[in-house]
Amino acid sequence: MKDARSQRLGKSAERRRRRPRFSALLFLFPVTALLAAAACKGPAPPGGAGVPAAGPASGSAGSIPFPEPDESSWIRPAKDFSSSRYSTLDQIKSDNVANLKLAFTFSTGINKGHEAAPLVVNGTMYIVTPYPNYLYALDLTSPGAPAKWTYKPKTIPSAQGVACCDVVNRGAVYGKGRIYYNTLDDQTVAVDAATGQEVWRTRVGDINHGESITMAPLLVKGKVLVGNSGGEFGVRGWLTALDEDTGKVAWRAWSTGPDKDVLIGSRFKPFYASDRGADLGVSSWPGDMWKIGGGTVWGWISYDPQLNLIYYGTSNPGPWNPDQRPGDNKWTAAIFARDPDDGQAVWAYQWSPHDLFDYDGVNENVLVDLPIGGRTRKTLLRADRDGFLYVLDRETGEIISATPFAYTTTRTGVDLKSGRPIEVAEKTPHVGTTTRGICPAAPGGKDWQPSAFSPRTGLLYIPHNNLCQDEEGVQANYIEGTPYVGANVKMYAGPGGHRGEFTAWDPIAARPVWKIKEKFPAWSGALATAGDVVFYGTMEGWFQAVDARSGKLLWRFKCGSGIIGQPITYRGPDGKQYVAILSGVGGWAGAIVANNLDPRDGTAALGFVNAMGDLPTATTAGGMLYVFALP
Amino acid sequence: MRSKRAGRQLLVCAALAVLPVGCDKLSNSLHQPPSATVRTDAIAVSALEPGARMPGIVHKNPLEGNPFAISEGQRLYDWYNCSGCHFRGGGGIGPPLMDEFWIYGGNPANIYTTIVEGRPNGMPAFRGKIPDYQLWQIVAYVQSMRADKPIASPPGPREDHLQASEGKESR
Repeated sequence: MKDARSQRLGKSAERRRRRPRFSALLFLFPVTALLAAAACKGPAPPGGAGVPAAGPASGSAGSIPFPEPDESSWIRPAKDFSSSRYSTLDQIKSDNVANLKLAFTFSTGINKGHEAAPLVVNGTMYIVTPYPNYLYALDLTSPGAPAKWTYKPKTIPSAQGVACCDVVNRGAVYGKGRIYYNTLDDQTVAVDAATGQEVWRTRVGDINHGESITMAPLLVKGKVLVGNSGGEFGVRGWLTALDEDTGKVAWRAWSTGPDKDVLIGSRFKPFYASDRGADLGVSSWPGDMWKIGGGTVWGWISYDPQLNLIYYGTSNPGPWNPDQRPGDNKWTAAIFARDPDDGQAVWAYQWSPHDLFDYDGVNENVLVDLPIGGRTRKTLLRADRDGFLYVLDRETGEIISATPFAYTTTRTGVDLKSGRPIEVAEKTPHVGTTTRGICPAAPGGKDWQPSAFSPRTGLLYIPHNNLCQDEEGVQANYIEGTPYVGANVKMYAGPGGHRGEFTAWDPIAARPVWKIKEKFPAWSGALATAGDVVFYGTMEGWFQAVDARSGKLLWRFKCGSGIIGQPITYRGPDGKQYVAILSGVGGWAGAIVANNLDPRDGTAALGFVNAMGDLPTATTAGGMLYVFALP
Repeated sequence: MRSKRAGRQLLVCAALAVLPVGCDKLSNSLHQPPSATVRTDAIAVSALEPGARMPGIVHKNPLEGNPFAISEGQRLYDWYNCSGCHFRGGGGIGPPLMDEFWIYGGNPANIYTTIVEGRPNGMPAFRGKIPDYQLWQIVAYVQSMRADKPIASPPGPREDHLQASEGKESR
């Protein structure tokens, strides 16, 4: 095991390993100092004002290459193919946002975690709920936005038993007069956006393999792109393309297994040497374990129409217990760039080869063109679970920089030559021992909660976590359709005692410009606007607007339940700018409330309950849409 | 192999029983003439009873409180991945088991039935997968989780147990 690891870590890491232990701490020092300087200028109250930067925001550096110009609609959770979550609407701005008022509300009638972004198109708002995955259409042209119709898909309730982290759904996508979305029990549905009639329905997975679907599909060139969930159930991950008109499967790209299954062929040119070779999705696993190895595709997809490449990540390998799966475990905890026409891989990169901490690689990839080294580079920004902000060349998969944005003890950096993370060996969990002080914890420096990029400030606005954990490895036992984890975990707040942060990050200077501390993990998405106002929600239920340049709290509204949804904005039929958010606590972080978990068992919900014991006193469950506008 | 096939046949027949066509072999048992007897021995999930109250039926776990059964039950609870959803009683994917709320009844026979038959909102059916005496051992362990009851099974002997303390990163 040790020999394999040394080989794996490469030369520079090997040198590090031979040095005395304190070298790792020294290496960490500048990073922690930097974070401390930015984050710890006095204790900010939860939801309080941001901490001003050491310097001003870097101006209008960076641009969104593929904006969605129609501001009267919001047709995919990330707004545009670049996944910017940025709107050019500027009626609501920093000097008038304080007047923002509630315009209308809508109850979803469901008490589970609401992680979806509403969609808006043709004067109608569409909301996908957590399981049982209803689709509501609200008429924005009538006072109070009454429901026009509700689509209730026929689903299998047992699917709730294979959803690792609450029965969430992250949203839908609009195209060709239809709303496309996924159900927890592995169906993709196309619904007529005008009438609510089902156009087609395709079953793409099987709950008896442990598969579920929680992700929002993306529509690219006539194909609905869908991926499975179940990294905690020994599922073999995949991304599947369905024909937008018929729902027929066009191609499926597995995340593990032989190259022909992974759709790796002659066009595959990964940037780093350790990602090259035949059938690595088999040879980097012991025996047949790739068949139950995870690498599910439950996060976000971006698309570059010029390069004709889609970008998406794969989940943690299964089981969590790393002792059971020596090897790199390709292609788990990785990113793929693929041709959407045939699914063929063009490059791939593994954020976490042989993942040790459930660092899924599925977070959003924000496509931004950045001036770096005197030229404009086509980049991809990734705030990963490992707590590092990666700037990648999206043409080649080369890492331009990788800098911690969250507190970390598990890695000291990324070797830009080999592309491999430089890991802190003593933080490796093993069977029969307890490893303490693993930071970030399993939900990562940042989990699924998507960031937003503003080309006006050049900053990426990242909602994220400040969590550490202790972990004890145990032997995982594979029984199809049941959890396959092999770890007992207890999470707790990272340094400072707060569990969440909202960070404005300068990707060129690779540093935070300001940070807001949150009592609970910042588990909602972010929204950036041309009014230089940034929106996000807290798990207590505050929906808030902060100044994009300073982080100063400008406005907030207390919603009925904690917020883990994704804010959007649009120009209504009356010409006014609206901002919408779903409240309804839950998800992995909020499972203690949504599922009434018992705080006396810290290991509950994969150890997240240990960190969230006070959430039930801060909020209650209940799904409700809130929409705001200026009077 | 033979008994497995027979079991499957039984299942098919059970499914067919709702249709007018039955299986010849089992038609006797499945097509009995209507009987006037009413069942009084069935375990109830509901606290609501129409009409006159029935005497309460408590199906005791034959192994309840037996330390060996509880410690074996704890081992099996991990072995069959119960812990993957219910953890150490606090719940996660599945509901907590250590509190006083029982969706499908907290009577040992309810718990037994829940494991064997599954429940519609996610609890898998373990019928045919776990021997009967192990089921009662698991039930004994689940019963022991209730915080208001003494726990007979001691924690592991290792000193640095996960529950012992917390890493110094906290606060």
